Amino acid sequence: MQSLFAVFIDGAIYASWLFLVAAGLTVIYGVMRILNMAHGSFYAIGAYSAASMIGWYFADGSGNAWVSFLLLIVCALAAGLVVGTIIERGLLRYMYGRDEILMVIITYALLLILEDVMKIVWGVSPYFAYQPYTALGRVSMMGLKMSTYDLMLIGVAIVVGGALYAWLERTTLGKILRAVIHDREVASAMGVNVAKMFTITFLVGATLGTLAGALTAPAISVVPGIGVEVIVLAFAVVVVGGLGSIEGAAAGALLVGLCRAAAVHYAPEFELFVIYGVMSLVLAVRPQGLFGRTLARKI
Amino acid sequence: MSASIILETRGLCKTFGAVTAAKDLHVTIAPGEVVGVIGSNGAGKTTFINMVTGYLEPSSGEILFNGKSIVGTVPRAITRMGLARSFQVAQLFPELSVLDNLIIALAAAESPRPSFFRPLRTRAREARADAILEEFRLTAFRDARVTAVPQGARKLVDIAMALIGEPKMLLLDEPTSGVSVDEKNALMDTVMAAVRHHGTTVLFVEHDMDVVRRYVSRILAFYSGEIIADGTPDHVLADAKVRELVTGHAADGHSARKGASA
Amino acid sequence: MRFDKTEIALLGVGVALAISGLLAPGWLIFLLTVALAKGLVVQGVVMQMRAGMVSFGQGLFYCVGGYAVGMGGQFLGVSSAVLLLVLGVAAAAVLAMVLGLLLTRYREIFFAMLSLAFSMILYGVLVKGQALGSTDGFNVHSWGLFSGPASNPTMTIFYLTLACAAVVAFFLHRYTRSGVGVVCEATRENEVRVEYLGLSPRWILYANYVVAAVVSALGGGLTALAAGHVDPEMAYWTTSGEFVFIAILGGTGSVFAPFLAALVFALVRTYAIELVPNGWQMILGITLLVIIVFLPKGLWSLFSRKKEGAHS
Repeated sequence: MQSLFAVFIDGAIYASWLFLVAAGLTVIYGVMRILNMAHGSFYAIGAYSAASMIGWYFADGSGNAWVSFLLLIVCALAAGLVVGTIIERGLLRYMYGRDEILMVIITYALLLILEDVMKIVWGVSPYFAYQPYTALGRVSMMGLKMSTYDLMLIGVAIVVGGALYAWLERTTLGKILRAVIHDREVASAMGVNVAKMFTITFLVGATLGTLAGALTAPAISVVPGIGVEVIVLAFAVVVVGGLGSIEGAAAGALLVGLCRAAAVHYAPEFELFVIYGVMSLVLAVRPQGLFGRTLARKI
Repeated sequence: MSASIILETRGLCKTFGAVTAAKDLHVTIAPGEVVGVIGSNGAGKTTFINMVTGYLEPSSGEILFNGKSIVGTVPRAITRMGLARSFQVAQLFPELSVLDNLIIALAAAESPRPSFFRPLRTRAREARADAILEEFRLTAFRDARVTAVPQGARKLVDIAMALIGEPKMLLLDEPTSGVSVDEKNALMDTVMAAVRHHGTTVLFVEHDMDVVRRYVSRILAFYSGEIIADGTPDHVLADAKVRELVTGHAADGHSARKGASA
Repeated sequence: MRFDKTEIALLGVGVALAISGLLAPGWLIFLLTVALAKGLVVQGVVMQMRAGMVSFGQGLFYCVGGYAVGMGGQFLGVSSAVLLLVLGVAAAAVLAMVLGLLLTRYREIFFAMLSLAFSMILYGVLVKGQALGSTDGFNVHSWGLFSGPASNPTMTIFYLTLACAAVVAFFLHRYTRSGVGVVCEATRENEVRVEYLGLSPRWILYANYVVAAVVSALGGGLTALAAGHVDPEMAYWTTSGEFVFIAILGGTGSVFAPFLAALVFALVRTYAIELVPNGWQMILGITLLVIIVFLPKGLWSLFSRKKEGAHS
C-alpha cells in the first residue's frame, strides 16, 4: 500500500515536471506547426539563469526561500522573453511556411548553436541552486518523507496548465489562437494577424521552457547537455498526448510519469526506456496520440 | 447478368458526421457505356467516385465490380482489378518529369513489386511512353517537370496514367476543370479517342453541359447526395427537377452559348 | 552489364583511394576509414530522405551493427571481421523487418520522432546492461579479415571499408534508378497516386527502410572494427542527429555525396575541436542553417550545378 502511494506521489511529481517541460513545446506546435527542438535549450537557459540568480541571491549565505522561489519565476520570464524574442524575430520568422520536417531540422541547428552559446556564457562547470530546495524542507505523509519543493511542483504544474487552458478557452486572444490552430489560412483571410500570433505564441512557449528549467534548477546540478536530454522526453510526452494539445500534454505527462514511477519502484531496469516504450505503444494503437486529430487528405 | 453489368452499387450511403454525402445510391452501368455525372458542388459526385475506388469506405451499401463485391478493398487492389480513375486536381509526381511519371505508371502496370536493381527506365518503356505522349499530344512536355507544365497538360498526364493499366472502366473526376474553355473540347476529344481505342467503359463528372452532351449516352444527375435523374441526355436535361436543382437556368444559357459557338 | 559514368568514376575514386592508402599517414587512413564507414550509415539516412522520410533514429542500426561486432567477438568468439559484419547486418535486417511494420505507418515528424524513440529505447537498454559495460561500453576483441588477429588492423579495416563502401555505392547507384528506388521518390511526391497505380506505398517504404537499415548497420560494424570500441552513445539521439546533419550537408544528389560530406565533417571536426573546443556545435548549427537556406540540395549541388551550367 505504502509503495503504491509512493509510486503515485513520485509519478505525480515526475508528471508535473514533464508537463511543465512539454507544455511550451505543444503550444508552439499547436499554433505554429513547428516541432521546436530548441525547446531543450530554452529549458537549459532557464536553468542556468535561475542558478546564476540563486547563486547571487544566496551569495552572503542567507536568504528567504519564498523570495528565492519568486526570483526563479521572474528570472525564467525574463530569460524566456529575451531569448524567445531574439530567436523568433532574428531567425524563425524568415523560415515560416517551410515543411514541418525541415523546421525540425532548423530548430535542431538552433539547439546546436544554443548549446555552445551557453557554454560560452556560463562555462562548462556545474552550477548549483539547491538553496530553495533545501530551505523548504521535507514533509511526512503516510510514512513517506517528501521534499516540499517537489510537491510544490505539482501545484505549479496545475496552475500553469489551468492558466494555459483558461487563456486559450476564455480570452479573446486565446480564441484567435484557436482559430489559427484550426485553420491558419481562413484565420488569416478573416483578418487575423498570423505573424503577430506566431510571435506571441513563440514567446509564451519559450517562457514555458525557461520556466520549466528555472524550476528544475534547484533539484539538479546545472551542466551542459541537460537540454539535449530533456527535449526527447518532452517529445515523447507531447507525441503520446497528441501534438499541439494542452490536455494531451497533461494526459501524456501523467501516463508517462506514472509508468516511470512504477518502473523505478518495481522494475528499475526498465526505468530509462519505459518512457519510449509507452510512447511506441500509444502510437501503435493511436497514431495521432491520445488527444490528437487526424485529417484525411482531400482528393 | 454480370456480363451485361460492369459496375453496380446497391443502396450506397455515406455520412460525414451530420452531412449526408451519399444516400441510397443504386447505379448499374453496362460495359462500354459512357456515362456523365452532373450535379452542383457538394452533391456527392466525388464521394461516389472515392467510394467506388476504395478511397472512402461507404457507411452502408454494396459495390459490385464485374459481379464481385469491392467494399473494403484498397484502392491499389481495385486498380489492379481494372477500375481506374483520374482526379479533380491532377495527382502526379510534381518534381519528376512527365516522362518519368508515365514510366512509373508503365512499370506499375507490369508488376505490383518493382525491382531493387534493374533500372526502371528501359528502352521499351521509354518507347511506349513516347507513344502515349504522342497519343495525348504531350510530346512537347516530355522532359519538363510536372510543376512546369500547364493545367490542361497535367490533367492529360493524370488521365493517361490511369489508362496505362488498360482498365476495363475509367472514372474521370471533372476532367476539364481548371482547363480553359478553348482547350476543353480538345482535351476531351483526345481522352475519348484513347478510351474508344481501348473499349473502356467511362463515367465522368462534368460541369459543362456542352461537354456532357457531346460525349455521353447517359446522364446521372446528383443532388444533395441523391440521384434525382438517370437516363439519356435529352431526357435528363429536360427533367424539371434537374433544371431547377442542377443546371439552374442553364437550359437558356446553354442554348445561348451554343448559338454563340455555332 | 553496362556501366555508366558514375560507376566508372566510382571505380576510379576507389582505386585512387586504395593507392593513396599506401602513401598516407596512419591518422589520415583512420580518418578516411571512419568517414567512409559513417558515410555508409548516412547512405541509409539519405535513402529514406529520398522517400520523404527523415529518420532521427538511424543511430539505432549504427549501434546494432557496432554492438553485433563487439558481442560476436566477446560472447561467440568470432574473430573474422567479415563474419562479424554479416552478423551485424543480419541482426539489423531482422530488427528492421519488425520495426518497419510499425514505422511505415507514419510520415513526416511522426516517423522522425518514433524512429528516434526506438533508438532511445536501445540506448536505455544498453545503459542498463551491466554485462555490456553500461555507459562505458566495451572494447571489440581483436579480429582478422577471415580469422584473427590481423597483422595490420589499420590497413585491413581501411581496405575492407573501402571495398564495402564501393560495393554498396555501386548497388545504391543502381538502386536509386531501379523500380523500388524511383517509386520511393514517387511515394515522397504523391502517395495517393502511387496507391492508384496499383502499388503499395507501405511496401515500398518498408523495403526501403529495411535496405537502409542494413546499409547503416554495415557502417556501424565497420566503425566498431576500426575504433575497437562500442558504447551506448551510438544509439543516442544526438548521434542520429549527426547523421541527419551529414545527409543534409551532402544532399541526395549523388551516391558520392554522403561519403564526401562525411569526410568534410570528419576533417572540420578534427580541426574545430582543437581550435574552438566550445564552438564546435555552433559551427555545425550555423553550417546547417546556411546549407538549408543557400544550398538546399547540399554540397553536392555545387558540383552538379556546374555541370548543368556547362550543358546549357
